Amino acid sequence: MDSLVFLIPLALVFGVVALGIFFWSLRSDQYEDLDGAAERILLDDEDDA
Amino acid sequence: MSCCAADAAAAARPVNAAVSREELLLASRDLGDGVRQVDLAVPEMHCADCIRKIERGLAAVPGVTYARVNLSTRRASVKWSGEAPPLIETLEGLGYAAHLFDMGAEEGDPQLAFLLRALAVAGFSSMNIMLLSVSVWSGADPGTRQAFHWISALLALPALVYSGQVFFRSAWSALRHGRSNMDVPISIGVLLAFGISVYDTYQNGPHAYFDAATSLLFFLLIGRVLDHMMREKARKAVSGLVRLAPRGATVLREDGSRDYLPVGEIEPGMALMVAAGDRVPVDGTVASGASELDCSVVTGESMPQPVGAGSELKAGMLNLTGGLTMVATARSENSFLAEMVRLMEVAEGGKARYRQLADRAAQLYSPVIHATALLTFIGWLAMTGDWHRSIGIAIAVLIITCPCALGLAVPIVQVVAARRLFENGIMVKDGSAMERMAEIDTVAFDKTGTLTLGRLRLEAGGAIDPAAAAIAASLAATSNHPVSRAIAARYGAGAAGLHFTRLAEIPGQGIEAEADGAVYRLGRADWALGAAGRPGEGTVLSRDGQALAAFAFRDDLRPEAREAVADLRQQGIATLILSGDQPPAVAAVARDLGIGDYAASVLPAEKLARVTALAAAGHKTLMVGDGLNDAPVLAAAHVSMAPATAADIGRNAADFVFLRAGLGAVPLALAVSREAGRLIQQNFGLAILYNLIALPIAIAGFVTPLIASLAMSLSSIVVVANALRLKAGREDRRKASRSPALPAAQADTRAIPAGSR
Repeated sequence: MDSLVFLIPLALVFGVVALGIFFWSLRSDQYEDLDGAAERILLDDEDDA
Repeated sequence: MSCCAADAAAAARPVNAAVSREELLLASRDLGDGVRQVDLAVPEMHCADCIRKIERGLAAVPGVTYARVNLSTRRASVKWSGEAPPLIETLEGLGYAAHLFDMGAEEGDPQLAFLLRALAVAGFSSMNIMLLSVSVWSGADPGTRQAFHWISALLALPALVYSGQVFFRSAWSALRHGRSNMDVPISIGVLLAFGISVYDTYQNGPHAYFDAATSLLFFLLIGRVLDHMMREKARKAVSGLVRLAPRGATVLREDGSRDYLPVGEIEPGMALMVAAGDRVPVDGTVASGASELDCSVVTGESMPQPVGAGSELKAGMLNLTGGLTMVATARSENSFLAEMVRLMEVAEGGKARYRQLADRAAQLYSPVIHATALLTFIGWLAMTGDWHRSIGIAIAVLIITCPCALGLAVPIVQVVAARRLFENGIMVKDGSAMERMAEIDTVAFDKTGTLTLGRLRLEAGGAIDPAAAAIAASLAATSNHPVSRAIAARYGAGAAGLHFTRLAEIPGQGIEAEADGAVYRLGRADWALGAAGRPGEGTVLSRDGQALAAFAFRDDLRPEAREAVADLRQQGIATLILSGDQPPAVAAVARDLGIGDYAASVLPAEKLARVTALAAAGHKTLMVGDGLNDAPVLAAAHVSMAPATAADIGRNAADFVFLRAGLGAVPLALAVSREAGRLIQQNFGLAILYNLIALPIAIAGFVTPLIASLAMSLSSIVVVANALRLKAGREDRRKASRSPALPAAQADTRAIPAGSR
């Protein structure tokens, strides 16, 4: 029973952190170009040209 | 990469010569410190190699400080400082057709961001509550149970307040207008469930419905987000197409200076320059110069029309051969284009009156559900006299019947169907368009640019002497006029064995050249043959005024046009043609396609009247058209479709836009819409079946939160699985279809507006 007192809040904190990370990724436009992100992994680094 | 090679070859011709530096500047936006940004639509990019080529190519242009491609939206965002760089020319050099579009309308998508955030919050709440609920269901002791319920209430609150807004707002606005939609029962169910659960938690009761309330919001929001993303994708793809209306025009001042002004600032009486290849910006009359105009977008006439001083011009016509000076007679908002917009606004009533299936279902559904819940409450109260228990069971009835499956039944099918259409190169504006499409019994086609490609081709010329043909071809190869292109396309570049000197293109007349002391002319009959020729005899090749050969032209039918019309007729759908072109041209196409009912030389208002009359007679009409003159009918018809090459306002008025050249898109859209309609009905059937089973259990008072959650999830999964059965237009079928659209053909149709029409 005692364990619940900190485990539950801990679980919730993790959840809130995950939610915060999602909001951050949304705000930094990471969902703007999903197709492009998929293709860009095939590109070599820019500095080899 | 191989995928780019074909496109590069197809796009290498000059596609968008009309975009000037001034226009680029006008479309760009000032970021401060002399830095400007512009977004370019590059519809033909589709792989990593394209991204690299475009980004490196653009970054190498002097002055460009930033270039980034967005592959999802097929756009390239470029920042530069100093003079406007030759961006479009650079992209064309790389083999990609590119064009500008309006910056203002494209500032991100706040609605999608809000929906995603709402979905995330609802997901966060429902999943954490579910974790706690599992331990409650497996038998936590009352103290822990109450603590867990309180935490759940706390977690449910943000989902209710933030994510719930989406439904509450829509429900409220429907109620305020005395209507009901699907969001009304959803909102009532969620709010009541939350309220009774808080009360129960306070009383330390065994059951709380926080999990049901939040997962309901979560499931429904998934549907909303998918729906919104699909529509947004279609909208962006459509707005990425070539703009046919010019953004500005070069004004000749009285002191001889020239200014490039936005179209909105042009006043009647101003003298304007319209170079060959430009579109007429506002209505006016020709002051000086001679040329030929492509009026196909404005009037539907497929043959170029000669103009000289005094001729009237309508906004949107394309100047083909010679520079013109014109005097504006109307402001942009009073020009032909604006007149069409006004007609459209008047016409739009029909569509606004259409009510979506889901809303009509909700109108039947919510009173039944609310009455059942109320009766359950009264029944239990009468039997047991226990207020709290009666309310609890009534709410369980509301939740178990709550339209989780119903709320998904329609949107999920529409999302799947829209996705399928998208794969086949068809954009759909919204779900109700598919519902309306499934009801049609009549299809009205425009001719030029819709049934035909709006591109001239030489008619079978068996009688033409090969030597004369070769001469014509080598003359034609020097010109960009549609007629010349058609001749050159038929006979190749030509090797006449003649050495031409003094080759000149005379605007509005034709091409003149000298060889071996003889004067050759290729052009209008009354010019090439002098006094002997009569106007309107088509295009003639002459040597010293003697006819060598005469050429007749026709506008090619779109690929799959015959099959599409035959297919529609087989389904018992009436077909007719409404065209602004001359009667003989329309009759020929009608005969070719076997369409008996056609009207030629029709004005936009007459087209409108015809379709309105059909509607009054109880027919549901699909209008397929592309011109400015079709825009009002596209808005007025029960449902409408336009090719990607259509004029901007037509494209915006249409419910469907097809990107491929083939007219097979029309029966395909119809087939997908009809099947989607059937699946929606099945989904309603499944939802009703589910209710028939669940409702007695709920009324009897056996529903616990666990059962409610299971039942809701299960019914949602069944509905989604059923939607995925949609067969029409599947990839494997398309490959086996009559004439698959080639990438080159796609690029070709895009090239038409600015290049060859």
